[in-house]
Amino acid sequence: MQQSTEIELKDIKNLVAVVKSKYNFDFGDYSVSSFKRRLERILELNSIQNSEELLGQIISSKTFFDKFLKDITVNTTEMFRDPSLWRKLKTEVLPILAQNQKIRIWHAACSSGEEVYSMAILLKEEGLLERTTLYASDINEDVLSVAQKGIYPLRNMEVNESNYARFEGKGSLKDYYSVKEDKAIFDPSLRVNVNFKIHDLVQGAAFSKFDLILCRNVLIYFNFSLQDRVIRLFQESLFMNGFLGVGSKETIAWCKSADKFSTFCPDERIYRKEKE
Amino acid sequence: MYKAVVIGGSAGSFQPILKILNGLNKDFRLPVFLCLHRLKHVRHGFVEALATKSNIPVIEPDDKEFIKGGIAYLAPSNYHMYIEPGHTISLSTEEIVKYSRPSIDLTFETSSFVYREKLIGIILSGANSDGANGIAAVKRRGGFTIVQKPAESTITTMPDAAIKATTIDKILSVDDIVTFLNTVK
Repeated sequence: MQQSTEIELKDIKNLVAVVKSKYNFDFGDYSVSSFKRRLERILELNSIQNSEELLGQIISSKTFFDKFLKDITVNTTEMFRDPSLWRKLKTEVLPILAQNQKIRIWHAACSSGEEVYSMAILLKEEGLLERTTLYASDINEDVLSVAQKGIYPLRNMEVNESNYARFEGKGSLKDYYSVKEDKAIFDPSLRVNVNFKIHDLVQGAAFSKFDLILCRNVLIYFNFSLQDRVIRLFQESLFMNGFLGVGSKETIAWCKSADKFSTFCPDERIYRKEKE
Repeated sequence: MYKAVVIGGSAGSFQPILKILNGLNKDFRLPVFLCLHRLKHVRHGFVEALATKSNIPVIEPDDKEFIKGGIAYLAPSNYHMYIEPGHTISLSTEEIVKYSRPSIDLTFETSSFVYREKLIGIILSGANSDGANGIAAVKRRGGFTIVQKPAESTITTMPDAAIKATTIDKILSVDDIVTFLNTVK
């Protein structure tokens, strides 16, 4: 690629060590290639020449570091992404959870919250929203505050609408938001039972127990060892027979705790906890 | 001794890819990374269509799949496919690059970072300039670069952009690409 600088593995190691000691965020077990790409993108966006200069800015400015933290993580998300997963949640997972008096769901690393609103809409359509408690967590304050407000660019709604149509929801996605200028403002009643929480999957501990955890397209940014730790955290955070949903090309098969789970739906990557 | 092959293509590359997979020797020993532009919402069918004609297994890898020789890895729809140091594939939902996810540039860039001069990069027919930066990275790191002959390509934008981006080692017909791969050491 036509870049002014090339980030080498030793630069990454160096930077990870500094960020760990100064800010206590640990990126040491992130996937190398995507982390490298994020760094190169940050250099480009900020017109920074090389990794030494980047390091200098990270050390000297907390404001810069906060921006770095936002840009280093990937925040691509959509409503009802992979509509077939959402159909499966509706037809096979929620009917099982509906047998409980109360339902507890955790959206781990929820980014700007599109899947949290998707879940709230699904629960509302199934008549389950009132007895469900949702947690939506992310490492990054900025994206979490977007989730908390539920206001999204109108231009994103085309893909969200088309996912919702493929999901075969009961109405139209338009039933759940109002339009103001170039913004889609989601019905605040959808998030009455949602708790927003800053939480870092790398160093954060289990904080509650859940019937369903969704953590989609997050594990891809972690190496084997971190994937192991995160799956272990999820296993601890699930009630027995609770469900875990990951991204459509993610698998827990290679994790040490894989034997604590059974595969509930191989196509949609839904697992179920069967051992403590 | 080469260690891997990476192939990128878009519009008009389906038949050439079939021909290559169908023409490879059954005991072809290198891993082949295929990054082909594809529809975002169609998750199934593509890999099956390639696999039926291929002489080597074709799979859509899961994240952190271990790389083995003699297997073709097709970038899944709506994910970038990266080659990770330590012989695994990792997937990514990062921003679209040149209107594309999977991005050919990114698969080429990451595989050349890992395999350096031990990589063969091939660009086929296609309707945008994705892959040009990627093949330039392969060349810069000492890998071997091939582009499908524009005269033979259904759509020449992608081969033309690749040829413009760097000094390509060989510009070949699909038949000659197959022969080259089967004789490469």
